[in-house]
Amino acid sequence: MSLQIKNLVVYYQTLSGYVKALDDVTLSIRDGEIMGLAGESGCGKTTLGNSLIRLEPPMKYIKGDVELDGEKLPIWNSSQMNVFRFKKISIIPQYAMNALNPTIKIGKLISELLSSRKFNYKKIKPELERRLDLVELTHDVLSMYPIELSGGMKQRMVLVLSTLLDPSLLIADEITSALDVSTQKAVAEMLVEFRNRKIVKSMIVITHDISILYQIADSILVMYAGKLAEKASTDVMINTPRHPYTKLLISSLPKVGVRYAEKKLSGIPGNTPLLLDPPIGCRFRDRCPVAFDRCFKEPPFIEIEKDHYIACWKECI
Amino acid sequence: MIKLENVSKIYRTGTFGGKLLPAVVDVSFDVRDGEVVSLIGESGSGKSTIGKMILCLITITSGKILFDGVDISTLRKGDLKNYYYNVQGIFQDPFSSYNPIFKADRIFSIIRQEFFPKIKDSQWNKKVDSSLKAVGLNPDQVLNKFPHQLSGGQLQRFLIARALLLDIKFLVADEIISMLDASTRVDVLNLLAELKSKGLSILFITHDLSLGYYISDRATILYRGCIVEMGDTKKIYFDPVHPYTKMLMASVPRLDKKWEKVEVELKAKQAEITEGCVYYERCKSPHKNKKCAFQRPELVEVSPDHFVSCYL
Repeated sequence: MSLQIKNLVVYYQTLSGYVKALDDVTLSIRDGEIMGLAGESGCGKTTLGNSLIRLEPPMKYIKGDVELDGEKLPIWNSSQMNVFRFKKISIIPQYAMNALNPTIKIGKLISELLSSRKFNYKKIKPELERRLDLVELTHDVLSMYPIELSGGMKQRMVLVLSTLLDPSLLIADEITSALDVSTQKAVAEMLVEFRNRKIVKSMIVITHDISILYQIADSILVMYAGKLAEKASTDVMINTPRHPYTKLLISSLPKVGVRYAEKKLSGIPGNTPLLLDPPIGCRFRDRCPVAFDRCFKEPPFIEIEKDHYIACWKECI
Repeated sequence: MIKLENVSKIYRTGTFGGKLLPAVVDVSFDVRDGEVVSLIGESGSGKSTIGKMILCLITITSGKILFDGVDISTLRKGDLKNYYYNVQGIFQDPFSSYNPIFKADRIFSIIRQEFFPKIKDSQWNKKVDSSLKAVGLNPDQVLNKFPHQLSGGQLQRFLIARALLLDIKFLVADEIISMLDASTRVDVLNLLAELKSKGLSILFITHDLSLGYYISDRATILYRGCIVEMGDTKKIYFDPVHPYTKMLMASVPRLDKKWEKVEVELKAKQAEITEGCVYYERCKSPHKNKKCAFQRPELVEVSPDHFVSCYL
């Protein structure tokens, strides 16, 4: 087991109280697993990714344990986490490609980053060049400014940068969403390639685009309103989902070959609940077509088949 | 309805506007009454530029855009206002279409000031209510709220309702669903399809091919400002001819099929526009020859309602 999270609870502190963005998350990721994390905006997927590496105000750690390769991560203490960041666990944050410092060349950016972690740029440079070859970037990019690169090139550059010290876990947050389909495919396949070459041991790929996950992920976790809804292997999740939310979500995606005139798809009626004061019991209850009395109690996230976890009373019986 | 004839747009870039950047090159297509045409292309292919030219937001460098036979670049004041009465646009980011200081329904009162200054209050409220209902919103729940109190899907539908107030005939929908969540996305798409069945023509600009297929009758594929393939949606999706379209179709992430091992040629840095085929540098076709490099292929009809610009 590469990563193990037990009962993790992270809230956002606001003037009107806690926003319960991440409630009681328990999950594990195997060595070599690419786990896709999907859900609507505001479901807590980015919060989960960020809390593993950079838990800072207004985020507030309430309880829970995180273990990476058998070592406990002090996620509640930002300065103690410094030992792990970049070396053991690394993240490609949302919009990372727009966060490259525009005033310095990329090579300098990397050397400054490495020296801040007490690594020697010269020693790492041959490896860096090898990685650039891997993502099909020329070595010239090191002497270029970020503005000279296209979106896909920047995204590949960030991928190389985040994985330079061979972290055990990489969190990739929406890295393909701003790219064109052809570039998207190339970047997504590079993620898999990095795993296959054991540069990173395991990955969490956060995206709202489930069809990308179907292409590259080994397993998919779907979240809803700060809670885990369902986790299963990719094929099971796409073809035979069990949670009512996942079923509706997957059936609402337009596929190539489906037309309005022939087959009308439908969305999920209703809105996600406000997490400042979430409803008691199952948070999907109000929008769920099969909700019944028992849903006023909170459903546990349990394993119903091997590697298939679900939080729904209807499916547990 | 709308007809583009050899439309080009060349931007001036560089410090003193000395460099020329052709964004749209010699594009001709039309959108018929009650038809949805999707305009598909990657970023920088000029699809939004075409949308903006149709909406008269930017000038046309050469060529003509005809609306019901009238050249829109000749429209002035009153006629232009009349044009906006018929043609409206909705853009990608619903949050930035609103002024966060004012309530969201201010977009309706602006329309009232501009186009219906003499209408009575009760009549106007009825009109707003009915157009909100037409987009599937409950007026009691959404009126009198600030933009941050509404969700992205609601704001986007608000903008469609605003367009409906004007009794429009043509809508430019520029990536209107890419910011929405999967569960609300389909609702907005279905709404467009419903409006289409009532006679509205839509230019649906998107980079998401599966969404384009779901709703449109015809599709136009753009690459670096040029049309490479256009025609009946079914033909383009299931029988693509141009190597670029083929590559696009192979790289769409699908839920029913895993990616095949197709070599995806990464986009090179924007190269000079040459006399030859725009796709020449990235083209992987084994039949590619010298002619491709020096002479740009014309759009040729390969089968009824299916045009391709390729020699192969």
